[in-house]
Amino acid sequence: MSAALAETAHSFLARYEGLRDHLPGDGAARQAAAAAFAASGLPGPRDEAWKYTPLRALTEIAFHAPLAALADARAPSALLPELGMPRLVLVDGRVQPDLSVLPDGVHISGFAAAPEFGALPGGGRDAMAALNTMLAEDGVRIEVPEGVDAGVLAVISLASEAAHHPVDFHPRHAIRLNAGARLTLLELSRGDGVYLHNPLTELQVGAGAALVAVRLQEESHSAFHLSGTYAEIADGGSYELFLLHLGARLVRSEIDVTLAGPGARFALRAAQALGEARHADITTIVRHAAPHCASRQSVRTVLDGQARGVFQGRVEVARGAQKSDGYQMSQALLLSPDAEMDTKPQLEIYADDVKCSHGATIGELDADQLFYLQSRGVPRAEARGMLVHAFLAETVAALPHAGARGLAESAIAAWLGARPA
Amino acid sequence: MLQITGLAASIDGKDILRGIDLTLPQGEVHAIMGPNGSGKSTLSYVLAGRDGYAVTSGSARLDGADLLAMTPDERAAAGLFLAFQYPVELPGVGNANFLRTALNAQRRARGESELDAVQFLKLARAATKQLSMPDDMLKRNVNVGFSGGEKKRNEVLQMALLRPRLAILDETDSGLDIDALKIVAEGVNALRGPNFSALVITHYQRLLDYIVPDRVHVLVGGRIVRSGGPELAHALEADGYAAIAAEAA
Repeated sequence: MSAALAETAHSFLARYEGLRDHLPGDGAARQAAAAAFAASGLPGPRDEAWKYTPLRALTEIAFHAPLAALADARAPSALLPELGMPRLVLVDGRVQPDLSVLPDGVHISGFAAAPEFGALPGGGRDAMAALNTMLAEDGVRIEVPEGVDAGVLAVISLASEAAHHPVDFHPRHAIRLNAGARLTLLELSRGDGVYLHNPLTELQVGAGAALVAVRLQEESHSAFHLSGTYAEIADGGSYELFLLHLGARLVRSEIDVTLAGPGARFALRAAQALGEARHADITTIVRHAAPHCASRQSVRTVLDGQARGVFQGRVEVARGAQKSDGYQMSQALLLSPDAEMDTKPQLEIYADDVKCSHGATIGELDADQLFYLQSRGVPRAEARGMLVHAFLAETVAALPHAGARGLAESAIAAWLGARPA
Repeated sequence: MLQITGLAASIDGKDILRGIDLTLPQGEVHAIMGPNGSGKSTLSYVLAGRDGYAVTSGSARLDGADLLAMTPDERAAAGLFLAFQYPVELPGVGNANFLRTALNAQRRARGESELDAVQFLKLARAATKQLSMPDDMLKRNVNVGFSGGEKKRNEVLQMALLRPRLAILDETDSGLDIDALKIVAEGVNALRGPNFSALVITHYQRLLDYIVPDRVHVLVGGRIVRSGGPELAHALEADGYAAIAAEAA
């Protein structure tokens, strides 16, 4: 680990040492996480899983703990979209009851009030997961009772810039759907200024339950978003995730899904669009642990300027997980010669009767399509914008909620409009 | 109207057009016929401004303006329209949005007001009806999943909406059955008038039974080797290109 990474890691550890007696929940779990984080430090270039996503930029910033009182007083309500649905709002990682509108038929609590850490794969020793466990102060806990269709619920994370210096927050979310339950989640992250948002979400999808999540990451272009999602899907359950990386200076979404019971399903449809020297990374691990499970992953990335995109997808099929059906596809569009896409598919298959495949394409805009549009009178810059929009349109059109589609459309339009022609 | 003088062009260093002289007066429809590899499609692409072709000499002027100095979209705004031999598919781009964007881009370039969605749809529905096209063709993605005939009809629909001063139809008849051919021909004939000219590029005489040209030019080896009235197309059909080429040589 570089000296700079070590220094930043040390400042997080020092924060923990100062706060440890005031943090909620299981002190032993935090202590174990702190020991793991002290040993591993922040992921560096020699860490295979982080090879394409260096955290150097993070070390240039002196992060501070957010000040609760300030955040409460100066909630950035301008960032809060009017969605006409129940919502849980967090500011700087803390749940804001005054801004939240609670749904019916669902059990909601905050992590601060009911702190529990679940069992993460690998004992939660992943560095960012350990950092979250070590410093988590709040988060949302949602439980949908057996057989209940809970409709649509928004979970909105805002960063306030209230303290006038860079802050970091590590919310801990837990979402549980009991057998046969249904929920559509709209997860939105936004903010102003420089901050680190490091949420960790533990998902439990019960037998025959269905979770649909639309996750719109629209963080400030100076912000860091490093998220971990750990999902376990029981037999016949499904988790369908629509993930859009539209903001942040550096974002990594790590999605770890265990298909734990026969017939469990996971689907990821993702899009990332970025320019300048920004960085976006989607890293997935899908564990087919039971027979007759299916996973589908499709990631579309558009890169302009000196932007860098990453998709790492690992599919693990356990011994005995026969009739597993796994598919992943990464498609990238490079708009500039200085942009870079790194795609790394990995299949680890220990069963003999499975269907698993992956594909990847990286290309420029199609010259014939550009000429066709121009020959109809559309100027070149506008034609390029239309084709980029078209590349992302399929993902946006698939979003299962009109409000989410609208938000994604305007974020993409704003990005296209701001791009140099 | 269109004045082509000594036009020579190459692709990847290979000469394709070797000095084309052609005058297309306003209001006339001319046919360009020729065997495969004679340079018919190259001529249409050079006039429309596709990348990859090097114009080595000569000029092409539309209403006196230097066509070759313009970008493809400027040529379109100046009134040029190319109906593609192989229309391009645009997944993720709706046909109505495509047509409206194109129409409004041209109107903007000409300093005219843009059409709103309602005004546009009214125009587009009238045009699809005239071309016997189903309304859902406007809702589908541009040319995606269209049959060969539907793609060609979609080209004619674009032409009908964009109302060019000069249309170049590059083998618009290829792959069409006789019914589709008639619809396409009617689409072109409906535009004929004093402010519309067309270059109809074709391999076969068949299309010219429906779009009767004022003049026919025979393109062989990158040069126009013969020009004549509509009867020249029938002579070609009877005698073949070889006889004409030999005669010209």
